[in-house]
Amino acid sequence: MTLPSPPPPGESASAQQDAGLEAEAAVVAATANDSWLKRLPIISHLRRSVGLQRGMLVAGLVLVAGLLLTALLAPLLAPYGFADTAADGTSFGTQQPPSSSHLLGTTVAGYDVLSRVIWGTRTAVAVMACAVVLSLFLGVALGLLSGYVGGWLDRILVMLADAIYAFPSLLLAIVMSIVISGGQSSAGGGILAAAISITVVFVPQYFRVIRAEVVRLKAEPFVEAAKVIGTGHRRIMGTHLLRNATRTLPLIFTLNSSEAILTLAALGFLGFGIEPTSASEWGYDLNRAMADATSGIWWTGLFPGLAIVAAVLGVTLVGESINDLNDPRLRVRRRRRAATAKEAQA
Amino acid sequence: MSETLQHRADAGEGDGPVGRGEGGGRDGRGERGGREGGGPRLAIRDLDVTFATDAGEVHAVDGVSLEVAPGEILAVVGESGSGKSVTARSILGLLPETAEASGAVLVTGTDVVGLSGARLRALRGEDVSMIFQEPSSAMNPVFPIWWQIGEGLRAHQPKLTRKQIRAKAVEALTAVGIPDPSERIDRYPHEFSGGQKQRIMIAMALAMGAELIVADEPTTALDVTVQAEILDLLRDVRDRFDTSIIVITHNMGVVADLADTVAVMHRGRVIERAGVRDLFADPQQEYTRKLLAAVPHLGRRSAWSALSPERQQEIEGADPLVEAKDLVIEYPGRLGRPAFRAVHGVDLTIRRGEVFGLVGESGSGKTTIGRTIAGLEKATDGSLAVLGHQMLRFRERAFKPVRRRIGFVFQDPATSFNPHLTIEECIAEPLVVHDRGLSAAQRSTRVGELLESVELPADYRRRYPHELSGGQRQRVSLARALVLDPELLIADEPTSALDVSVQATVLDLFRELQERLGFAALFISHDLAVVDSLAHRIGVLYQGRLVEEGHGPDVLQAPKDPYTRRLIASLPVPDPVEQERRRAAYAEEFGRAVG
Repeated sequence: MTLPSPPPPGESASAQQDAGLEAEAAVVAATANDSWLKRLPIISHLRRSVGLQRGMLVAGLVLVAGLLLTALLAPLLAPYGFADTAADGTSFGTQQPPSSSHLLGTTVAGYDVLSRVIWGTRTAVAVMACAVVLSLFLGVALGLLSGYVGGWLDRILVMLADAIYAFPSLLLAIVMSIVISGGQSSAGGGILAAAISITVVFVPQYFRVIRAEVVRLKAEPFVEAAKVIGTGHRRIMGTHLLRNATRTLPLIFTLNSSEAILTLAALGFLGFGIEPTSASEWGYDLNRAMADATSGIWWTGLFPGLAIVAAVLGVTLVGESINDLNDPRLRVRRRRRAATAKEAQA
Repeated sequence: MSETLQHRADAGEGDGPVGRGEGGGRDGRGERGGREGGGPRLAIRDLDVTFATDAGEVHAVDGVSLEVAPGEILAVVGESGSGKSVTARSILGLLPETAEASGAVLVTGTDVVGLSGARLRALRGEDVSMIFQEPSSAMNPVFPIWWQIGEGLRAHQPKLTRKQIRAKAVEALTAVGIPDPSERIDRYPHEFSGGQKQRIMIAMALAMGAELIVADEPTTALDVTVQAEILDLLRDVRDRFDTSIIVITHNMGVVADLADTVAVMHRGRVIERAGVRDLFADPQQEYTRKLLAAVPHLGRRSAWSALSPERQQEIEGADPLVEAKDLVIEYPGRLGRPAFRAVHGVDLTIRRGEVFGLVGESGSGKTTIGRTIAGLEKATDGSLAVLGHQMLRFRERAFKPVRRRIGFVFQDPATSFNPHLTIEECIAEPLVVHDRGLSAAQRSTRVGELLESVELPADYRRRYPHELSGGQRQRVSLARALVLDPELLIADEPTSALDVSVQATVLDLFRELQERLGFAALFISHDLAVVDSLAHRIGVLYQGRLVEEGHGPDVLQAPKDPYTRRLIASLPVPDPVEQERRRAAYAEEFGRAVG
């Protein structure tokens, strides 16, 4: 399992930048009278989508909802605890094939695969939330400051961000997890270690996207208008820049969430993750299942793997759909033909 | 649907003679010319274009029919959104994917609507060619000029050798009056000025032997003096090569100068079509009359002459609000490069209650001066006192109290508002910053007063900027600038992004507000006619130097500086008869642009 190196977001977001302020203003004006619920990022995207794009978005949303619900209801859904090797005093046995008592079989260490997979969603969601929220706040704040102030501060921060890019991100995550957890890993510590190591990798992405937007917006007449009026720096940053710069955040947010899951799985797979007794983690299970694969025991590796695929696919589908829907050039509109065909029928 | 099939069938039939292109374009053209006889070069019949947008369908062109005879120059005029550019683009089949066209566009007998692929490409360039508004983005920056001209030639005659192409390129550049063509065909686009690039675009069309040139706002991005040369060239091309030209423009002066016939478009329809003299002398439609009346006419409504002698004296004797002496403004260069000097030693005074109009071409430093007075740029040398505050060695903290006495109106109404704030929040922003003691209710009352004085309905306050038209937004911009009762208003090209009729109403409003509130103003524009209708005193900037300064009538009627004379002479007036006279006078004084 390799971690995809993060795309340079400053560049990937340029498509939206071209669409520009005008498009943003159009959306704000068009949705100003809708209720706040309809203006929420994903819901407004859903309302704007048609055809295949809508299908992708809905499929992604269903997968994500499944992930979140499973995480929430894990104690009810899972037949056993994630660290249980025995129930009612009888051991599960190791490497048992799927049966009525263990729907997805048991692992080499005697855990129930189904329970591990279900409990694993909790870890994944927790790491995803921690990592993304941490990097979001830090990256946005730094990007705003760096873009607005400019000068030496900007140069140093951009250089640092580039330096972090230059590191292989997984290596960085491994180093960070060793530094933070100091070798042992409780559930909370392990999750936090993974989250922080992912944060370090992701902060530059938010930083660069927000910085690029702010640098562009800084030259817009409405910001100059505020300067001419004599508006203070804090108000310019908060009211005028931040609100206009956050357009692409839902997109990076979702894309980074999927990368967070992958990074966590990679850390677990390489043995820098969370101990099986403190929390269930798919990457660790995959690592343990490696030897099984050659001896024909397919169930120990397949299901954690599928869980990772489904989680990443769901979040990525949502992210990519938002990306397409944000860009007026990629957005599919209801075709005129459909309308005329209907008229003809009538 | 059956209509489209019909077009396809036509196209299919036409596929046979496509091979003639290889035999040589000249023969092909002769054959085609013979086929149509004396018919029109272009005939548009019942053209309908609709766009699929987020807000549903937009009917951009609605049943347009037009004809252009060989050697005719047709001007299509109309305001933004009237469908003139869409009509022009459909002639070359250049509509975006979201558009759907029906009807017929016959270019030398071939229907373009529904045509695609090789047939359309064969038609483009050889029969029709297009000149775009922005010449700098219409050329590929990494190839030399001869290559750019040759690309089109090769597309139609693949067997041309490099030598032949270069010979043709030299010939084409000579035809459009570019000096030293044999040497300059090896240069790259960035080595030419905007006007020269536009000449090269015309040369490309000529090299391909295009019989019809569609020029979409060909001079809008150019300065007035360059515009005069390009218009001269287009006229000359028509005379020499019998080329038909369609000019899309919003500038009535250009129409009067260039066109033989005019089609006025409004909301996707051609509402009036007449010879240029008939149209200007006796417009039939109400809309056309309004459009013509709104065009500012050089020297006809001078703001200075409109003042009473007492008022004139009062302004003359008022104390200065802005005083610049030998003002120098530089932009810092990149590392190791010298700074760019935008303004070279300008002396300038704006008195209390006076409107000072600053005119100049792009790059003359007029905007830089305005921005420096507003504290957006830093003065480098000399002295600049704004409301008693010395701007040299500028410190934001010291200048902040002065800011509330200065208003600023920006050029582009689309981007000068924060899209997330309502109109009320936008106008109230200066109050929030400077009058912290004010309650929300007091602010709201003040916004109401301002909206009333810029003649906008009070319920607009809850709208967002994007829901307003350009003219309305510019009114809001005025309201925001005036909310603190400033003593000085700086307006940087406030009407150049607006349509003519909207521009006229905004200018009227500006004039009325200035008379009522008595603020001093720096009015920056590239349009002499607009400035004259508004400003008490006019300053002409040329390459960062103030070459002429004086009251409107003096500057316009007795210009002293040769540049001012040229600027005034090259400004086309919206009256074909008078413009013809002016053109002759211009040619006499400055010579023909094309040798």
